[in-house]
Amino acid sequence: MKVLVPVKRVVDYNVKVRVKADGSGVETANVKHSMNPFDEIAVEEAVRLKEAGRVEEIVAVSLGEQSSQETLRTALAMGADRAILVATDEALQPLAVAKALAALVEREQPGLVIAGKQAIDDDANQTAQMLAALLGWGQGTFACGVELGDDAVTVSREVDGGTQTVRLKLPAVVSTDLRLNEPRYVKLPNIMKAKKKQLDVIDAGELGVDLAPRLTTLNVAEPPKRQGGVKVASVAELVEKLRNEAKVI
Amino acid sequence: MANVLIIAEHDNAALGQGTLSTVTAAAEIGGDVDVLVAGHDCRSVADAAAALPGVARVLHSEAPHYEHPTAEDMAALVTELARGYSHVLAPASTFGKNFLPRVAAGLDVAMVSDIVGVESADTFRRPIYAGNAIATVQSQDAIKVVSVRATGFDPAATEGGSAAVESLEAMPHADIAEFVDESLTSSDRPELTAAEIVVSGGRGLGSGENFQLIERIADRLGAAVGASRAAVDAGFVPNDYQVGQTGKIVAPKLYIAVGISGAIQHLAGMKDSKVVVAINKDEEAPIFEIADYGLVADLFEALPELESELDKTG
Ligand SMILES: Cc1cc2nc3c(=O)[nH]c(=O)nc-3n(C[C@H](O)[C@H](O)[C@H](O)COP(=O)(O)OP(=O)(O)OC[C@H]3O[C@@H](n4cnc5c(N)ncnc54)[C@H](O)[C@@H]3O)c2cc1C
Ligand SMILES: Nc1ncnc2c1ncn2[C@@H]1O[C@H](COP(=O)(O)O)[C@@H](O)[C@H]1O
Repeated sequence: MKVLVPVKRVVDYNVKVRVKADGSGVETANVKHSMNPFDEIAVEEAVRLKEAGRVEEIVAVSLGEQSSQETLRTALAMGADRAILVATDEALQPLAVAKALAALVEREQPGLVIAGKQAIDDDANQTAQMLAALLGWGQGTFACGVELGDDAVTVSREVDGGTQTVRLKLPAVVSTDLRLNEPRYVKLPNIMKAKKKQLDVIDAGELGVDLAPRLTTLNVAEPPKRQGGVKVASVAELVEKLRNEAKVI
Repeated sequence: MANVLIIAEHDNAALGQGTLSTVTAAAEIGGDVDVLVAGHDCRSVADAAAALPGVARVLHSEAPHYEHPTAEDMAALVTELARGYSHVLAPASTFGKNFLPRVAAGLDVAMVSDIVGVESADTFRRPIYAGNAIATVQSQDAIKVVSVRATGFDPAATEGGSAAVESLEAMPHADIAEFVDESLTSSDRPELTAAEIVVSGGRGLGSGENFQLIERIADRLGAAVGASRAAVDAGFVPNDYQVGQTGKIVAPKLYIAVGISGAIQHLAGMKDSKVVVAINKDEEAPIFEIADYGLVADLFEALPELESELDKTG
């Protein structure tokens, strides 16, 4: 089976982002970028399925600027076989990403798509579900366990009250939650090998789908700042303050 | 004029808290509000929805496959219905997040996730970058599909309304996805996202057994118990305890963080709490930068002491 894994290049999760003074967005120039953490988990899962003999080929896909090639090289170093960059300088919204991925699915005919549950920049948590809808496929979102059979995949999902299990006919879309696995560290020889793997670049326009944004960002602002308060010297003082000053207990 | 459809979250017995906040968001958008209750043997939920003030109509759809509805089945029902509305709203819980994007794609419209504010009928505020920025976004689509973050809106009153309940025919079950089973954490404590007080533990607790120290405080305060991701990853507590960017978003009256360093991703889930207390042995821990009351102490001494202090009077 072939697995398609969409990976997004985002501002690294350790960076404390700064809002631009003109309210047009957050500062992304000269800040560290890396693969969206949930997508690393998705690549890892695909690689494990391949190592277990359930999967023959892993194709990593990214939509974005040329710099996303770096992210794809990371996926290749982790164990993806081949990569595709859908190049565009426009920031794509989840519906557009889902449409572009649906067009790639038509070309590549994978049996499974494993995406991240959420990109940590837009925090949208939409793309995998939208892709499944556009393809008419089943979806297993927020996965913490994936068991791939020949014509079905069983997915354990993290839900608000605990966990839930669903069984999906293949082909299907899975989106990863944090506890699905722990992504491997990439070893140097694999980084070298990844440089020789195939990475195709296609222009987003070639896919022939509508990528126009539907949402306009009018403004981006700092959230209300929380002021640090006081240090208390003892547990007794803490309880006294909570009772008489904050009046919350 | 706006014409809002709310998809109720429930367990076939009672309406979920998030639904009440969603009703408040709908009221801010304005216009008529209908509520869809799809479930199995869930008449009591439909009646509860009918009692919500401001609700015009409750659409009650019954089917065995709506007992634990798949996203595929929910989306099929809602997408059809949505064409008659200007807005489709659901709580931004794992329930709403699962099927709403499917609805949006089916309608060929964008979705606005996790709103915390309504500026106008087409413009909403939502956090991005783990809450480190708030974006104001405007939708150009004819139907706005929106998930509502419960902490952004006060829960609506649960009585005062008298909407009509109409039954709505179920859609056939889509056999591309089957519900298999569910294991829900049971607890006598209040639900994390609805609790007035939350006591959370982090990696500093050191073990699942030590979480009893947290639980004893929670029980004295009638509080819910939460955790950092590190505590969940280490297996101290189940995953549904996780507070943060990718866990639950809470905004209680009082949040007590014990043995939690205060990573951005954790703060994203609790920094809208009214009063924050941090107990940490490292005085440099970032959690102190946002805590109203900080106690630099070893939690293994501080928690038992807190317990007896709370027992004193009050
Ligand atoms: C994509 C992504 C999403 C994430 N989402 C979340 C999320 O939703 N929620 C979340 O919480 N994290 C999330 N994280 C993880 C986050 O970055 C941190 O790793 C995590 O919050 C750390 O948990 P912690 O504070 O318990 O552990 P640590 O950072 O290890 O802190 C432990 C603290 O305990 C203190 N301590 C130790 N012993 C004692 C003692 N005896 N007495 C008092 N204090 C003591 C230490 O001083 C320290 O400050 C996410 C990370 C990524 C990459
Ligand atoms: N530009 C992109 N390129 C590749 N994959 C993407 C892109 N945007 C979103 N995705 C995938 O969709 C998931 C969810 O993203 P989102 O819906 O934006 O939160 C991510 O974890 C990725 O797997």
